[in-house]
Amino acid sequence: MARLKLKEHLINQDWCKGCGICVHFCPKKVLKLNAMERVEVLNPENCICCKFCELRCPDLAIEVLTTQDGKHD
Amino acid sequence: MSVKDYIRERFFPHIWCPGCGHGIVLNSFLRAVEQLKINKNKIVITSGIGCSARISGYVDFHSLHTIHGRALAFATGLKLSKPKLKIIVPMGDGDALAIGGNHFIHAARRNIDVTAIIMNNRIYGMTGGQYSPLSGLNIKASTAPFLTIENDFNIVELAKAAGASFVARTTTYHVLEAVTLLKKAIKHKGFSVIEILSQCPTYFGRKNKKGDACSMLELYKKNTGKIGSKKLNNNPDLIKRGIFVNNNKPEYCEEYEKIIQKAATAAAIRQI
Repeated sequence: MARLKLKEHLINQDWCKGCGICVHFCPKKVLKLNAMERVEVLNPENCICCKFCELRCPDLAIEVLTTQDGKHD
Repeated sequence: MSVKDYIRERFFPHIWCPGCGHGIVLNSFLRAVEQLKINKNKIVITSGIGCSARISGYVDFHSLHTIHGRALAFATGLKLSKPKLKIIVPMGDGDALAIGGNHFIHAARRNIDVTAIIMNNRIYGMTGGQYSPLSGLNIKASTAPFLTIENDFNIVELAKAAGASFVARTTTYHVLEAVTLLKKAIKHKGFSVIEILSQCPTYFGRKNKKGDACSMLELYKKNTGKIGSKKLNNNPDLIKRGIFVNNNKPEYCEEYEKIIQKAATAAAIRQI
């Protein structure tokens, strides 16, 4: 299977309510809450594109854009 | 198509509290519909009253926001008149089993082709945290300051006994499982019930010292086990997740169509 490669985290700060679910359950600690209690990307290079932040976001405020890099596992 | 194509963006951000499980159910539901590639114009969301019922306003399908507990009654009428549409009924625990308890058991008994999504947060959130028939024993609520003394319903057993032909349970922590089960429930011909345990950090969590949304999700991870898993076998007291019933029984609209045909034939014979 071709591995997914991160393009960008699209975060809609107007919709984010800062519940912290994405931050808490991120396996690689990619995200953090900022001073305004809104989610922000801390270490995009660690992202493994599991997309659990996107799937668990109650506010539909986060989207992980990916590309297929063509490599096979 | 992305998930955003299925929502009415003008109503966002939604009214649910930070960390509310209903948002996660909405998220999983949209993904299930997206993966099934159902035409938007073929889906009707019928909901009653409560936090959970607000879902019908946020999705860009046909929607019917009806009266408390009666969403399934409206859904029955709608399905009978337009059997080709997919009817999905998101309900809260109180909406489905307290106010609408009677409609729920009879919709299950008839096996009408409707998908009931029960978002069980074990409390009435919208009206201020009163206990519901799903709260269970020893729960603190605004109407039970000295803890509840009532037993709760088991939605799965109730739906099974009432005759639903698809019954499943999952939680808001297990999102991938929720998407898979929702897809199966929507595709199933007959009355399908899917119970999704959903956190209410504002009332249930705060009053019962369960912590914030993240700790409540951790509890779902800890306290539930998938049917057939080693975790559940080692500890049978855990809340079971998975598909409990999946069978084919005569569906109500199809049987009704047969009656129409019979009556039409009888009338035609009389005219000769």
